[in-house]
Amino acid sequence: MENLKLEGSAKTPTVNFDSSKGTLELKGRSIPENSIEFYKPLNDWIDAYAGSPQSSTVVDIKLEYFNTSSSKCILDLFKQLEKLNEKNTQVKVNWYFEEDDEDMAEAGEDYQAIIDLPFEMIEVEEI
Amino acid sequence: MSSELLTTILQIMESKMDRFEDRPKIKKKVFNVLVECLQNLYHHIDENMDDINTEQNEMNSLFMIAKSDGDYTITTGNYMKPAEVGSLKEKLDLINGMSKEELKEFYKHVLNEGTRSAKGTAGLGMIDIARKSGQELEYEFTPINDNLTFFNLSVRIEE
Repeated sequence: MENLKLEGSAKTPTVNFDSSKGTLELKGRSIPENSIEFYKPLNDWIDAYAGSPQSSTVVDIKLEYFNTSSSKCILDLFKQLEKLNEKNTQVKVNWYFEEDDEDMAEAGEDYQAIIDLPFEMIEVEEI
Repeated sequence: MSSELLTTILQIMESKMDRFEDRPKIKKKVFNVLVECLQNLYHHIDENMDDINTEQNEMNSLFMIAKSDGDYTITTGNYMKPAEVGSLKEKLDLINGMSKEELKEFYKHVLNEGTRSAKGTAGLGMIDIARKSGQELEYEFTPINDNLTFFNLSVRIEE
């Protein structure tokens, strides 16, 4: 299947979903007014990937900012992966946040509490 | 408040903050709250646009940002229908009555259980603003006439 690559913009993140490596990366900022439109192709890609996933799937979330419209879409994305997990692939989420960015660390904890997937919180100097 | 204007304001604010704000933590908080406040205005106007009963001045909105002694205050204002005041006031009072921990639980609850409007808004904006600010949300409803009330919201971001 095709990989999904989207260049980041002032309001949307860089997307790098690679089916042969089993890596899904979101990087940058996600602050569109209407995020459903933006996230739809990502959900569709995961649906297609679910057909023949790699034995392990690594999700790297490296967001600097996201708005509340995106927060729901990100949750939906995790819920899709949650269904996939342990059926035919082991899913792991790496949640990156910048030093001292307690809000972003806490946002990761919020998802971790809702979603039944292994999360690793990774503090970095700069995203 | 169009999508383009919103992008422009955010870009201006971000470059100003890059020059005048050297506390990354505060910079992030201010930017986050700005995004939510401005997008609240955007969605409010976007919804009204579809309503043929909307008067022209209802589409106007107010945005101010002030910095004093290192603290920021972000103020937004918009017109709304008096019938909608009750539910908004109730929500703001509920949020203002919550502790940090309660807000976190409330956010998670709405995120996980809440539904989304056709426009993609999730009802999380005000809760998120209150969490990021860590301060009580100051608001005022000023009746203009039988059909219009002016709503203004002030959010403080302190170190």
